[in-house]
Amino acid sequence: MPEAGVPRGRLRSVATFVAFVLAVLVLWELLKFIGGDPWRYFGWEWRPPLKIAFASDLLLPHVWQIVAALAEPVQRLRTDSLAQFLLGAAFYTWREAAIGFVAGTILGIGLATIFVHSRLLERAFVPYVIASQTIPIVALAPMIVFAFGTSIVSVAIVATYLTFFPVTIAMIRGLRSPDPRALDLMRSYAASPGAIFWKLRMPASLPYLFTALKISATASIVGAIIGEGPGGVNDGLGRSIINFNNQYISGPEKLWATILIAALLGIASYALVQIAERWTLRAAPTR
Amino acid sequence: MSQTREEPASVVQLRGVDKAFTAGGEVLTAALSGIDLEIRRGEFVSLIGPSGCGKSTLLRIIGDLTQPTAGEVIVNGKSASAARRGREYGIVFQAPVLFDWRRVEDNVRLPLELLGMGRAEREERAGEMLRLVDLTDFARHYPYQLSGGMQQRVAIARALALEPALLLMDEPFGALDEMTRERMNSEVLRIWEKTGTTVVFVTHSIPEAVFLSSRVVVMSHRPGRITHTVEIDLPRPRGLETRELRRYFELVTEVRQQLRGGGAEEDVLAALDQVAAEEGSV
Repeated sequence: MPEAGVPRGRLRSVATFVAFVLAVLVLWELLKFIGGDPWRYFGWEWRPPLKIAFASDLLLPHVWQIVAALAEPVQRLRTDSLAQFLLGAAFYTWREAAIGFVAGTILGIGLATIFVHSRLLERAFVPYVIASQTIPIVALAPMIVFAFGTSIVSVAIVATYLTFFPVTIAMIRGLRSPDPRALDLMRSYAASPGAIFWKLRMPASLPYLFTALKISATASIVGAIIGEGPGGVNDGLGRSIINFNNQYISGPEKLWATILIAALLGIASYALVQIAERWTLRAAPTR
Repeated sequence: MSQTREEPASVVQLRGVDKAFTAGGEVLTAALSGIDLEIRRGEFVSLIGPSGCGKSTLLRIIGDLTQPTAGEVIVNGKSASAARRGREYGIVFQAPVLFDWRRVEDNVRLPLELLGMGRAEREERAGEMLRLVDLTDFARHYPYQLSGGMQQRVAIARALALEPALLLMDEPFGALDEMTRERMNSEVLRIWEKTGTTVVFVTHSIPEAVFLSSRVVVMSHRPGRITHTVEIDLPRPRGLETRELRRYFELVTEVRQQLRGGGAEEDVLAALDQVAAEEGSV
């Protein structure tokens, strides 16, 4: 019988995560305390004893500066805060990524299904699937934009491109994972190929699928962010990164804030997949 | 059983069945050679032989899961392939092969779903089968929550769900400990007596084969041939006391002797006879 201690385990993993984030922040400020620019607050001044290049206020702003920047207007003469602006951009990017994620998942499952049923096609095409991932996405993105135009479609295709690969590879494995005797059992019941797929291969592959989806969830966001530049869309975190990169000298904390939001978006997407996994695989707690 | 059509007296007929495993036209192993076997309706037949004698292959050929190289296989009056497509047998493997994402009852319902049976009837039949193997209380459990013996009983319930004319069992209790195995043997006999299903049972345990069967078919090592057939005339119903009968020991000895090739151990048998006789008189 499953024990009632599951929430405790989840609580512990949340606590571990928070402790890790706190540790990073403390280390961050400690570095600035011993090697950054002078601290001046409320007439109090601290001159760090060492001079560490990357701990300067330009390269590594204070954590509170980044947080404070989120509350300030995104630009002079605008009423919305940086946080509002970035959340809007994050939602825009998330939408592109989600389209790519869904398309990539469908493509990946489709390819794996074909490969599992045909050794010939598997041998012919899997090398190309692998080769496709050796091409740097930054080289490919402009070509995709050239082919599909500067639009959200191109961005979603870049996200798809990064998503379908882990799904394909994992699903080839997952769809082949049933015990040969389970396949014999289905044959003994004269099960149709469709029934074998839906009642045996597919459910058996779900743990593999979710492992791939966790990778894809974050990869699709990276793909969308990268795609926004050459994709020419005028919104999203990728566009913000490019803009704030250009304004880095005058406001480094804005780029850092954007990175922070991008990271949170990735974590949120991962968590969504994990929740979906828990809910779907609750029946078979074998792992 | 539910079949109303005319039933042939033989459930399994094998004539001149050969099986060779080949690779690129070259024969690697002659697994089975010249197998002739007829199994009548309601019989409990065990196939016994050293490992690698092809007894499991023979079972798979009856189930149309492996194709013979030569020979004729008739199951329930039709070709093995037609019988499989007609879902006329159930099979139990050495491992339970339960789907771990399905509850116990849903595992038993699987063949009924594949048949396209309605929901209400499915639930009723699955409940019936779980009662038969005495697992009603575990219907809502998942396989991993059950012991090995219980999982194998679920597999038996699943195999019987379509009320097949023939039940194929491939060393079903080979992975269980001795205590559980003996209990499962009695369980299988009870089910067999209740359902009247014809059973073909592969095993390498002599006591198991003798205890269960109406006939034991002894096979030789590669290429697998049927060397002897031993009629088991022990009284039924069989229970714990059966394993203490003198006749039981005699039959165990006979099967063992024939497994070793026969003839050479006449005197061993005589000695055993004497011991058994002395024990009987005390």
